[in-house]
Amino acid sequence: MSGGVDSSVAAALLKERGYSLVGLMLRLWSEPGREDENQCCTPDAVMQARRVAARLGFPFYVIDSREYFYKTIVQSFIEGYESGMTPNPCMSCNEKVRWGFLLEQARGLGAEFLATGHYARLQRDDSGRFSLLQAKDVLKDQSYVLSRLNQQQLEHSLFPLGDYLKTEVRAIAQKYNLETAQRKESQDLCFLGHKDYREFLTRNSPKIMANGKIVNRKGEILGEHRGLASYTIGQRKGLGIAVDTPLFVIEKDQKNNRLVVGYENELSFTELIATDANWIAGTAPASDFKAEVKIRYKAKLSPATITIIDEKNFQVSFDEPLRDITPGQYAVIYDGDVVLGSGVIRKTHFEGNVI
Amino acid sequence: MDIEHKIYLDYAASTPLDERVLEVMLPYFNEIFGNPSSIHSYGQRAEAAVEGARETVASIFNVAPEEVIFTSCGTESDNLAIRGAAFSKREATGANRILISPVEHHAVLETAHQLSKHFGFILEFLSVDEFGRIDPEEVKASIKKDTAIVSVIHANNEIGTINPIGDIATVCRERGVLFHTDAVQAAAHLAINLEVTPVDLLAIGAHKFYGPKGVGCLVVRKGTRLLPVITGGSHEYALRAGTPNVPYIVGLAEALKLTTQNLDTRSNSLRALRDQLIDGVLASVPRCRFTGHPRERLPNHASFVFEGVDANLLLVMLDMAGFACSSGSACKVGAPKPSEVLIAIGLSKSWAMGSLRVTIGKDTTKEMIDRFLSVLPRLVEQVRKNKL
Repeated sequence: MSGGVDSSVAAALLKERGYSLVGLMLRLWSEPGREDENQCCTPDAVMQARRVAARLGFPFYVIDSREYFYKTIVQSFIEGYESGMTPNPCMSCNEKVRWGFLLEQARGLGAEFLATGHYARLQRDDSGRFSLLQAKDVLKDQSYVLSRLNQQQLEHSLFPLGDYLKTEVRAIAQKYNLETAQRKESQDLCFLGHKDYREFLTRNSPKIMANGKIVNRKGEILGEHRGLASYTIGQRKGLGIAVDTPLFVIEKDQKNNRLVVGYENELSFTELIATDANWIAGTAPASDFKAEVKIRYKAKLSPATITIIDEKNFQVSFDEPLRDITPGQYAVIYDGDVVLGSGVIRKTHFEGNVI
Repeated sequence: MDIEHKIYLDYAASTPLDERVLEVMLPYFNEIFGNPSSIHSYGQRAEAAVEGARETVASIFNVAPEEVIFTSCGTESDNLAIRGAAFSKREATGANRILISPVEHHAVLETAHQLSKHFGFILEFLSVDEFGRIDPEEVKASIKKDTAIVSVIHANNEIGTINPIGDIATVCRERGVLFHTDAVQAAAHLAINLEVTPVDLLAIGAHKFYGPKGVGCLVVRKGTRLLPVITGGSHEYALRAGTPNVPYIVGLAEALKLTTQNLDTRSNSLRALRDQLIDGVLASVPRCRFTGHPRERLPNHASFVFEGVDANLLLVMLDMAGFACSSGSACKVGAPKPSEVLIAIGLSKSWAMGSLRVTIGKDTTKEMIDRFLSVLPRLVEQVRKNKL
């Protein structure tokens, strides 16, 4: 529970269906001295969730996972940037903290299921196999961030909001008189507060914020950058280069601490290699298949052909070139509204000219 | 699990109101509702109740009625004692030092911290032995000529250790320094006779001995000057302004009276149950240590530390299994830290983070202890295993 409307309504719906509930909140890591800026587990949020649990009539506890969260999520967030990636810590948090640490604790408390306020659906077929599907509310769909889960985790999961629209969820909150935290929905990372991630990196890994050269693909020096971690693939503004035709960040050359820029057409790729593959069914559906792919949480589904390289790696070949494919983000594979699996984007292929 | 089937083992946190106490309180909510300060007969009846309660408390502690000041809780009593004495003493003599033990309740500790951080007092700490006890000789040696007040907890809330309050009070009296003791836990179990124990200030709160929450008192020895913390009318001998909480004050006196009846008999039966609990835990849980003094401790109090255990999680597990306990390091917002008390008695963090306090009371039975002992070892093991 977060104290927000989604997890509160998820609890109310389960209560309605007769489940016996225990409310849990994760106390995640905050930078020392900045605990009140955290996006998810401030004392205010704890009190809010506690009030919801009291209103609905079930016990509520906060589980301390600060140390584990720091070791598994924050450190790899910093390391990700150090290796030139743009990491997605929320995905690994779901995989390792929520459906790892928290599920373990919940099972330890005797719970059969871990229910959350995520917008996604689960289906169980006759053989007992679980499928993860997009939510009824396509605008709120969060199946992307759940694509790291496996059968063992899904077997003990419940997503009560999957069949509801956000507007319906708000109405249910009103019906139950759930006064929930009125925090604005944020894409920020919980441990960054409302602050920019660059400030965080500057404090926690000064070396990755070292200045360097901005170059084009031919290696010509065009300017000076403020640390590779400050830039994202596809970025146009804030490069500090005066040119007639707009330039975009197309690559981060971590080895030489160089930021590679190019014209808009150089941003588009037709291929990517993904690693650390997770197939929800346990294995890939075929060694070679047609599917649709999302390259980030809010990206559109793009038709592509998936080719399995080995157990951990696969290649995605898009039907049409795609902009802003960013190493460190996840490629999530869909068959219609079913999530087949996902992998971490490792590298992109420049059209016709392999990097 | 229904709350009716749960087992309450946290009497040091709070106790249920005694039915007999409730009975004597009830008329003072709506029948005898006058303001004790009023001149009319409504006021006089309420005043009579407050003064009757004052006499009851005074006779139990062997002090004069005018030495009993009613407050809203134990914490307020500690605040009035420390803050009131520190300011008053400094004004009178220039004394600027506050000397306290490292195992004080936060009501004393945080008040002293504020006086040092914002009001220019010098805060000094005594040391404790491995059981959390203060040595009167060290108190004697630590008092300086500009020490304004000394405060040592009577019986510690976390580890149950009872301090030699009589000897410490005597030392302070000899050196002419004010001595305060927080007796919030002690008052529920120990006979306190201030005719023989020369403390100047003593704080209690009613809900620790089957009285209501929201009322406490501070014994202030004649001649002890305090600057009031709450200012206003001249209630409570001008030491604590505010309309007296008549029903609660009546409740405090009744609860204290009932508590001091058959104190020895009740303590003996609590002690027997408590020892069964302690022996059972030590015999069945590996990597477990007992905290606090083995003999000089509250008769209802058992406390332990388990190595490599997240106490927060253990409390959650225990609650789910139907047992209500507490821990010095636990925190409701999930950010536990080792308690100052456990660090002061020399425990390392890996032990201090795994503390458990089990305190029994009038409704605790042998069967409850047996049931507790039948689940605790398994839960400790599970918490250790689930640690990632």
